[in-house]
Amino acid sequence: MLEIKDLHVSVGEREILKGLTLSVKAGEVAAIMGPNGTGKSTLSYVIAGREGYEATTGDVRLNGENILDLDPAERAAKGVFLAFQYPVEIPGVATMTFLKAALNAQRRARGEPELQTPEFMKRVKEAAASLGIAQDMLRRPLNAGFSGGEKKRMEILQMALLQPRLAILDETDSGLDIDALRVVADGVNALRSPERAFIVITHYQRLLEYIRPDSVHVMAQGRIMRSGGPELALELEERGYQDYIAQEAA
Amino acid sequence: MIKLASEAEATLSSFYEEMRDKGAPRLRAAGWASFSESGVPNRRVESWHYTDLKTAMGRPAPLATASRAALSLPRAHDSLRLVTLDGVFRPDLSDIARLPDGVIAQSLRDALAQGEPHVLSALASADIGAQDPILALNAALMQDGVVIQIAPGAAIDRALELTTLASAEAAQSTYTRALVMLGEGARATVVETLGALSSAPAQDNCALVLRLAPGARLDLVTHFSGGVDQAIRVASLLAHLDAGAMINSFALIEGEGLNRRQIFARLDGENARAVFNGATLGRGRLHADTTLIMDHAKPCGESREVFRNILDDQSVGVFQGKVIVRPGAQKTDGVMQSKALLLSEQAAMNNKPELEIFADDVQCGHGATCGRLDKDQLFYLTARGLPRREAEALLIEGFANEAMDAIEDEQLRAFLSDRVSAWLSRRISR
Repeated sequence: MLEIKDLHVSVGEREILKGLTLSVKAGEVAAIMGPNGTGKSTLSYVIAGREGYEATTGDVRLNGENILDLDPAERAAKGVFLAFQYPVEIPGVATMTFLKAALNAQRRARGEPELQTPEFMKRVKEAAASLGIAQDMLRRPLNAGFSGGEKKRMEILQMALLQPRLAILDETDSGLDIDALRVVADGVNALRSPERAFIVITHYQRLLEYIRPDSVHVMAQGRIMRSGGPELALELEERGYQDYIAQEAA
Repeated sequence: MIKLASEAEATLSSFYEEMRDKGAPRLRAAGWASFSESGVPNRRVESWHYTDLKTAMGRPAPLATASRAALSLPRAHDSLRLVTLDGVFRPDLSDIARLPDGVIAQSLRDALAQGEPHVLSALASADIGAQDPILALNAALMQDGVVIQIAPGAAIDRALELTTLASAEAAQSTYTRALVMLGEGARATVVETLGALSSAPAQDNCALVLRLAPGARLDLVTHFSGGVDQAIRVASLLAHLDAGAMINSFALIEGEGLNRRQIFARLDGENARAVFNGATLGRGRLHADTTLIMDHAKPCGESREVFRNILDDQSVGVFQGKVIVRPGAQKTDGVMQSKALLLSEQAAMNNKPELEIFADDVQCGHGATCGRLDKDQLFYLTARGLPRREAEALLIEGFANEAMDAIEDEQLRAFLSDRVSAWLSRRISR
């Protein structure tokens, strides 16, 4: 599904990713863990296509196609979805209006017919109900004045509607209480499928108790330092990231 | 006494000679005297600093004399229309016969001929607007317009649309004035439409005078459109609100040419409430100036102003807003906000908010910002699949929507949203 090879990325003058290599298969849930400031969010931005996060060398392939030259909307239409660590507030734009515009823009880009309002409403209502999102929230401006937990749920709602092939969850657990965490995790688990891959970026092992990963990757110093199975997350929880930071000093 | 210097003022003087015996001589003379003190304002007049009318006007276009005979005007919404065309009120194009009980409408010309004292005094701008030379000039030269009286207690469901149009094939000047008087506790919706049907550079000076008796409520939607590069449009709004009265207004400014909308509003009784919101859609070389004086003369008044300027190409926006709180106008609550979104390198915005507060127990605030589309917001929307231009359009629409929230009439709101969408579609497609 996703193949990243020797990726170097600079933001401004600073090199953040320094030769990152990662492979995620269809159906896989890959957890990326690592200390602060190590480039985890940068990785998510590069995959999603954020301006100013340019790859100097290396390759990012989605189902064999190099996506680095595509703009964010083209990548989204090909199935890339980023659940933001800090979802952006969009005043004046009703959540429902935004959802429909996004969904239909992707469908147009893929040559699919646009969804008409009744069918669209049906899908939104179902997804909202399963995530405990009240109807009146959908009429409010997107994320404006939403609590941290509401914003994260809204990210998952968008993911459920857009049905991406590769979903990147950037610290979706931050700022969530335990009940909200469970709702969000249930939402993600409901979308797991053999055709879909997830990259779950997190600091803590806690989220991975709810979203069981197939693989765990330790990221530090702009690279994947170690990869393993779910047991690696438990080891990190116990020992922290000191081993990986120490390597840099050495 | 009169120290008229320029050719422009000599021409205007000849207009005055033509109009001075067309009713309300004292009102006209007072207007002319006031205008003559300063003449056509240029950049050195502080309140006109960002809109150099004198340079733009050059030599005034000839005074409009007759309006076109036959005309078919499309309807954008379900309002009862009262049409002033090329400076002349046109009953034949208006829905006079369909006006509901409680509404009396007549042409300004007839009203001036009848000379009823309460109408004449309502037409005058004796206080806050009196200092403005262009509003004074409007009083001196007013050709025609419409006078509407709404009976006390009447609740008028259908909106009344005051349409002022220019259709002449050659450049002309028009001076029109409308008056809407709402009796005690009356309620009505007025749409003020200013447009142009020809590509001649018209010079339009129009005024709308609103008088709200105690407890009256007026919803007002203003829409400027049309015009060409060299056209000039100055529209003055004078609003007097008595105790407990309320005005809720929104203006959409689009089109071309030099546009200035000036609002002189006064809360003349306790517990009056005024909302003056607006959005400007600037393209080409549109110059759109909104100048507002919100005068709290009595206690417990509330005022809200939310303006959004969306400026593309070489368009220029101006917002000058002054909130005055008079001595004794305690418990005044005022919030004024002007935000501009610059969509091109050449677009420009001039923001000048002011507060003049002479009472101590008040809450007043103002904010003015000017910026570009937010990169984080754009990335968020494009990452969800919206192509760049569509993402921009959605953000711009959201920005405009914030000023449209207070519009209660669903049909008018939909009409205005459609106008914003149409403007945005043109931006996406080029």
